[in-house]
Amino acid sequence: MNPFKERKNILDAIGKITRLTFSTDEKAADVMKTCPGCGEKYGTGELAAAKYVCPSCGQYISMTAYERVSQIADEGSFREFNKARTGYDPIDFPGYEKKIQKMRKDTGLKEAVVTGSCTIGGEKAVLCVMDKRFMMASMGTAVGEKVFLAFEYAVKKKLPIVIFTASGGARMQEGIMALMQMARTSAAAARHDEAGLLYIAVMTDPTTGGVTASFASLADITIAEKGALIGFAGQRVIEQTIGEELPEGFQRADFQLEKGFVDMVAGRPELKDTIARILFIHGRRRH
Amino acid sequence: MSDEKDIRKAAAEIAFGEDLHAEEQEAKGAGASVRSGRKTAAQDAVEKVMKARSKERPVVTEYIDNIIEDAMYLAGDRCFAEDESVAGGIGLFRGLPVTFIGHRKGRDLEENIRCRFGMPNPEGYRKAIRLMKQAEKFGRPVIAFVDTPGAYPGKEAEERGQGQAIAECIKTMSRLCVPVVTVFTGEGGSGGALAFASGDRLIMLENSIFSILSPEGFASILWHDGSRWQEAAKVMKLTARDIKDLGVCDEIIPEPEPEEMHEKRFFDTVADTIWRNLGPLLSKDEGELVRDRYLKLRKTGSKYGRN
Ligand SMILES: [Zn+2]
Repeated sequence: MNPFKERKNILDAIGKITRLTFSTDEKAADVMKTCPGCGEKYGTGELAAAKYVCPSCGQYISMTAYERVSQIADEGSFREFNKARTGYDPIDFPGYEKKIQKMRKDTGLKEAVVTGSCTIGGEKAVLCVMDKRFMMASMGTAVGEKVFLAFEYAVKKKLPIVIFTASGGARMQEGIMALMQMARTSAAAARHDEAGLLYIAVMTDPTTGGVTASFASLADITIAEKGALIGFAGQRVIEQTIGEELPEGFQRADFQLEKGFVDMVAGRPELKDTIARILFIHGRRRH
Repeated sequence: MSDEKDIRKAAAEIAFGEDLHAEEQEAKGAGASVRSGRKTAAQDAVEKVMKARSKERPVVTEYIDNIIEDAMYLAGDRCFAEDESVAGGIGLFRGLPVTFIGHRKGRDLEENIRCRFGMPNPEGYRKAIRLMKQAEKFGRPVIAFVDTPGAYPGKEAEERGQGQAIAECIKTMSRLCVPVVTVFTGEGGSGGALAFASGDRLIMLENSIFSILSPEGFASILWHDGSRWQEAAKVMKLTARDIKDLGVCDEIIPEPEPEEMHEKRFFDTVADTIWRNLGPLLSKDEGELVRDRYLKLRKTGSKYGRN
């Protein structure tokens, strides 16, 4: 094919992606959320339409994993994997079972990550979204297993994978077995990489600790959501170590861009377009 | 962060019985109660943390110098700096060319400080990655030694990508086309330890520990009080025995009396154990080696693969 014509086709297709409409989840429209920036109250439907950016003050409002999925996946395309998958209590940690039960009741989630397959701008992909409402999206045996299995599915089906990371780190209550999830998810990411498949990480607020030090940092293309806190050690610990206060903006998305650890910082409203474009370009390469 | 409040509340709910506190008082008074036979697994964990950190134990470079013939230390990450908190190099292990890496805590205060007590900066992990890839190129097995409280939580470490460096180190080791045997000689804390422990075989000395975080860090995160590290140690399941029961550790090396740990006989035992674990790995071809390592990791840490 004429390379100029091919280029035009690609640009046309990208234009099409940009014009795609986003789905909104109307079911939960009666649940009100309050903007932490200005105190304004919004219905979920209204917020979804505004892409979870406060219409009056511009503040990013926390999204649940399913809200994120509905913003990123094409409408009706998401098929969830291992929805009922849970972890276990490997070190019999006092009070842990009870805490997990409460978390499940409060969030309606079984665990801190939602995984599945979908299309994004018409491109097939595996999508994982961590949900910080569930124990700060800490990684234990369930999160590790679900992310691991999502990578394996992507390898088996030769699909790209998109992961929205958010985490307080490895889950303390699961001890060493939580730490081992860093090795498991990293090995799974490596195998996906060796298969020549694309991995896009979107680091959202906050991506820290053992998740930063494993799969979150192993993507081909890394996007930081505007304003997200991204780092390994906690700020309190660093300040104790160095005996001084950290500067404003330390470990934030723009800091990581400046230091060279992310490819770009994207605003929430542009995320879907950006991901769709990257997927599109990779979907058109020669095999 | 609203979760902090939840965690604090959960911590308050956790019932540490009075008997545990009583034991704690005992531990403060007498290390001799070890042999009294009355000690619980929880108390044993506290003692093991202290032993794992004891200054009387051999440091990683002592193992290297006693086990590897003609050990030659190599420096630098080729990006930014040499990080002395990671010792690495090449030598012969019973006639077999090997690459070794390990945490260096230092032998005296001056060295301790230069090595940040065995807490690497990103350069340390990047140096390890460089040496592992070099080992792969020349078909040399990797012997790794772990003795670290964790990765260094410094401002500059963050600026230079501590998380990314650890992630790459784990990834590299987990897919390396040459055998990797890891020995825990003292403390193994958090991702900083795991960076050298995603290989084929994981061996622990009897009084070494492997934990998600240092007990102080664990207590600080869950209870906002690092001084409650003994309580943390009791519930973390961090002893070699615990780690083996959880299916993460493959073999435990019994320890002699502390003063005998610097004798040739003990280093020979450690070398024998490494050799015995390395043997079956050497007969595997590259594909088999990497596949088996992946399958082991696939099973470890899954509730379906648990022992
Ligand atoms: Zn607002």
